[in-house]
Amino acid sequence: MIAVIDYGVGNLFSLCSSLRSIGADTVVTADPAAIRAADKIILPGVGAFGDAADKLRESGLDELVKVEAAAGKEILGICLGMQLLFEKSYEYGEHAGLGLLKGSVVDMNGRIPYGLMIPHIGWNGLLFKREHRLLRYIREGDCVYFVHSFFADGCEDSLVATAEYGRELTAIVAKDNVMGCQFHPEKSGEVGLKILRAFCEEGSR
Amino acid sequence: MITKRIIPCLDVKNGRVVKGVNFEGVRDVSSPVELGKFYSDNGADELVFYDITASYEGRALFTDILRRVAETIFIPLTVGGGINTVEDFDRVLKCGADKVSVNSGAIRDPSLVREAARKYGDQCVVLSADVKRVDGSFRIFAKGGREDTGMEAISWIRKCVGMGAGEVVVNSIDTDGVKQGFDIEMLQAVREAVRVPVIASGGAGSTEDFVELFRRIPDIDAALAASVFHFGEIRIPDLKRALRENDIVVRL
Repeated sequence: MIAVIDYGVGNLFSLCSSLRSIGADTVVTADPAAIRAADKIILPGVGAFGDAADKLRESGLDELVKVEAAAGKEILGICLGMQLLFEKSYEYGEHAGLGLLKGSVVDMNGRIPYGLMIPHIGWNGLLFKREHRLLRYIREGDCVYFVHSFFADGCEDSLVATAEYGRELTAIVAKDNVMGCQFHPEKSGEVGLKILRAFCEEGSR
Repeated sequence: MITKRIIPCLDVKNGRVVKGVNFEGVRDVSSPVELGKFYSDNGADELVFYDITASYEGRALFTDILRRVAETIFIPLTVGGGINTVEDFDRVLKCGADKVSVNSGAIRDPSLVREAARKYGDQCVVLSADVKRVDGSFRIFAKGGREDTGMEAISWIRKCVGMGAGEVVVNSIDTDGVKQGFDIEMLQAVREAVRVPVIASGGAGSTEDFVELFRRIPDIDAALAASVFHFGEIRIPDLKRALRENDIVVRL
C-alpha cells in the first residue's frame, strides 16, 4: 500500500490516476495510522514552500514523516514535495524544510542566464549522475515534465539526475530510503509511469 | 535541453470532439478520450481541450469527459472555454486539468487572472489572446474573435502577465485558417514583450510552417494547432522528426 499524503496542497487527481494505472494499491490520506501502516509514502505538493511547510506542520504530519523516514520507510517527494525534503527554502523568505536531505531550495532568478523563461516549464531530458533504481526502466535523455521556479541546490550527496536549463538543475535525488523528483512523473507520459513503477516496486536498498 | 512543445487542440461540444477525422487505430474520432489517447501515444506534448458548449448540461458533460481523459492520459492537460470565474477554475482543476486558459472571461473581468493566479499559482493560468491587425496595430478581439475590444494587444498581454498569467497563447486571427504559416511578426512582438512562455497558434498548414516558426523565433516555446492534426495532414511523429532534422530540440 502506497500512502499519498493529503495535507491540503495541490491536486492529487492525476497522481492517483497514474498510480492506479500502474496497478499500485494507493490510499490518499492525512490519517497518521494509515500512513504508519503504508509500505511507502508519497509526499506531493504544488504552490509556495512556506504555505506547504506550514500546512504539513499544522497537521503534525511533518514529525510523522520524519519518524517514518528514520525507521527506513521509503518516501518519494514530488515537485514541491521533493523540495520539502531539504533543510530549507528561500522562497519568499526563509523556511525550514523536513531536513531529510542535505541542501536548500533557491530561486532560479539570478542563477540561470537572463533570457530563459521562469518558471522552467515543459519537457526536458534527464542527465544521469549516478546509478539508481528509480532509473531502472528509463534511459538517459528521456524527457519529463517540469514546472518550477525554485530548485534544490547544494545536494551533491543525494543527486541522481539533473536537467539542463542554462545550468544543471536538480531533477532526481535519493539518499537511502528518501527520494524525490522535481518534475511531475504523473504528467510525464510513459517515462513518468516507469519512474513511479520503479519506486512502487519492492525496494532493493 | 528544454524541448519545443507541439500541442493539438480539441474542440469539444456536448461531450464530443468537433471536426474529427479517421485515424487508423482510433475507433471513435469524436471521443475526446480516444482521440486524446491517440495524440498522447503519438508524441503530443500537451493537450488543450476547448469547451464550446453553451448549455449547463453540456458543461457538466464536459467535466465528466475531462475526468475520464485525465484518468487515462498522463501528459499536461489545458482546459479552456467558458472560464469566467474562480469557481470555473476549481471545477475543471478538480477533474484533472493542469492549466486553465482564459480569454473572454479575463476581458470581462481582468481581476480573474490575478485571483486565479493567487489561488492556484501562475503556472496554472494561461492567457489566450485572439489578436488581429486593425489600422496597423495589434488589437484584442473577444467572443471567439468576433468582437473588437479596441484594446491594444501587447499592453493587454503585458498587463495579464503582470497579474499572474504564466503562459500566453497567441491566436492570430489574421493567419488563422489561411494555412500559410504562423504570424511571425505578431508572435515576435509578443515574445519580446513578456518573459513567460509564448505559444503560437493560427496559420499552421505544413511541416515547414512549424520549422519556420521555431527557426525565425528561437525563443517561442510551443506551437498549437487543430485542423492540420485532426485531418491527418500532419502526423506529429513526422513533424517532430522534421523539426529534429532542422536542429530544433523536441521530445521524440
